[in-house]
Amino acid sequence: MHAFAYCRPAALADALRELAADAEARPLAGGQTLLPVMRARLAAPSRLVDLARVRELTGIAAAPGGLRLGAMETHAAIAEHPAVKRLAPALARLAGGIGDPQVRNRGTIGGSLANNDPAACYPAALLALGAAIETDRRTLAAEDFFTGLFATALAPGELVVAVQVPAAPAAAYVKFPQPASRFALVGAFVLRTEAGYRVAITGGGMGVFRWTEAEAALDSGATGADLAGVPLDPELFTGDLHASARYRRALARVAVARALADPAFAA
Amino acid sequence: MEMRLEVNGTAHRLDLPERTLLVHALRDQLRLTGTHIGCDTSQCGACTVHLDGVAVKSCTMLAVQAEGRRITTIEGLAKDGALHPMQLAFHIHHGLQCGYCTPGMIMAGLDIVRRHPRPDLGTIRAELEGNLCRCTGYHNIIRAIAAGAEAMAAAATGERPGEGQGQ
Ligand SMILES: Cc1cc2nc3c(=O)[nH]c(=O)nc-3n(C[C@H](O)[C@H](O)[C@H](O)COP(=O)(O)OP(=O)(O)OC[C@H]3O[C@@H](n4cnc5c(N)ncnc54)[C@H](O)[C@@H]3O)c2cc1C
Ligand code: FES
Ligand code: FES
Repeated sequence: MHAFAYCRPAALADALRELAADAEARPLAGGQTLLPVMRARLAAPSRLVDLARVRELTGIAAAPGGLRLGAMETHAAIAEHPAVKRLAPALARLAGGIGDPQVRNRGTIGGSLANNDPAACYPAALLALGAAIETDRRTLAAEDFFTGLFATALAPGELVVAVQVPAAPAAAYVKFPQPASRFALVGAFVLRTEAGYRVAITGGGMGVFRWTEAEAALDSGATGADLAGVPLDPELFTGDLHASARYRRALARVAVARALADPAFAA
Repeated sequence: MEMRLEVNGTAHRLDLPERTLLVHALRDQLRLTGTHIGCDTSQCGACTVHLDGVAVKSCTMLAVQAEGRRITTIEGLAKDGALHPMQLAFHIHHGLQCGYCTPGMIMAGLDIVRRHPRPDLGTIRAELEGNLCRCTGYHNIIRAIAAGAEAMAAAATGERPGEGQGQ
């Protein structure tokens, strides 16, 4: 790892000031992505601004219509929180399936969103749920936040502060994990509301996306078994050493069908 | 930079570069070499320690991030020369071969018991996702953790109250 300076501000305003003062500074949340990347010398920030003690970034609470999750809340805390289990049980289960217990004890939702790994789990949930991402300066809809491979709408020095998630009783996430890392080889988050279905796919390789053709088909009465015939753009999938693009695309259909079989959709 | 770390109940003042990983501070500075390094990718769990009683990978954390927290390593489990019930269970149930993964397995095992006081074998298997073993094939590790959990529960209710949660 290259040398860097370190600071641990206790207030959001101080963290923002540290980041604004140095274009090469980076926020450090759980470090479960940033530190491995720095160890591999794929990133060399001049300064790490540790967010661990920034009190404005913590807290999990029921909010009007759903939940508000502080950016620094860990995957383990979100998985176990009674309000999340009650209002968005699929999100709690998703958080409990990220990586392994040690990763869940450190990794945060804010870090995961800011990183927007094309195989990460949360982006699929937030896109399907129509969640909103609060930053220090604005609130963004999930579909405006995720802009591509490891890319988000965050400006340099802008911090994710919290995530607003609508209550979602009828929702499920199914992931085919890459066996070594548990990242999604492919994952599908399916939501049903009175307005219809929403289906988001992660792990395709080109970044999280909504499978709108499947949403339309499900809205007009199709079932999981009918998804085989629903168009799914092959350009949204890439191959790597873990799986070919064709296999990933096939898994996406299976993941959505399995999500639809979840007891959450029984009623 | 100067940092204060509390490890196994002892406070240390160390002067280390910011980039020092917790695992390197433990091994190279404090000579607590029971915490192992098994990979470069944050995947093997050989480096697992407890931070305020919760399992974390000490290779994926800066030493300075552990300031103000209680760090427990494998060396901190035995009390007065007597193995912790989870350590003893690994011994009795032959939960190791070369032993490289063992400190991490035991620290992860204790984190499982913290959350699931009487874990079934399926729970243990799923919860060991972050710990790799190249030797045993896992069966005896899983048995050892189940037995360790039983022994801890018995100790908590029986003759040695207060040891139920490890530390
Ligand atoms: C072995 C392993 C398995 C994993 N498995 C999975 C998996 O199955 N599914 C999955 O989704 N993820 C997985 N991950 C990734 C894990 O969830 C990470 O914790 C997460 O992607 C990053 O969160 P973090 O808090 O660790 O962020 P960090 O690593 O600290 O930061 C990540 C990036 O986000 C920036 N950042 C952090 N916080 C903020 C903020 N509040 N505002 C703006 N920018 C910020 C940082 O500067 C950095 O660029 C895995 C990781 C490991 C090591
Ligand atoms: S050495 Fe820490 S996970 Fe492998
Ligand atoms: S006993 Fe050798 S790696 Fe597990």
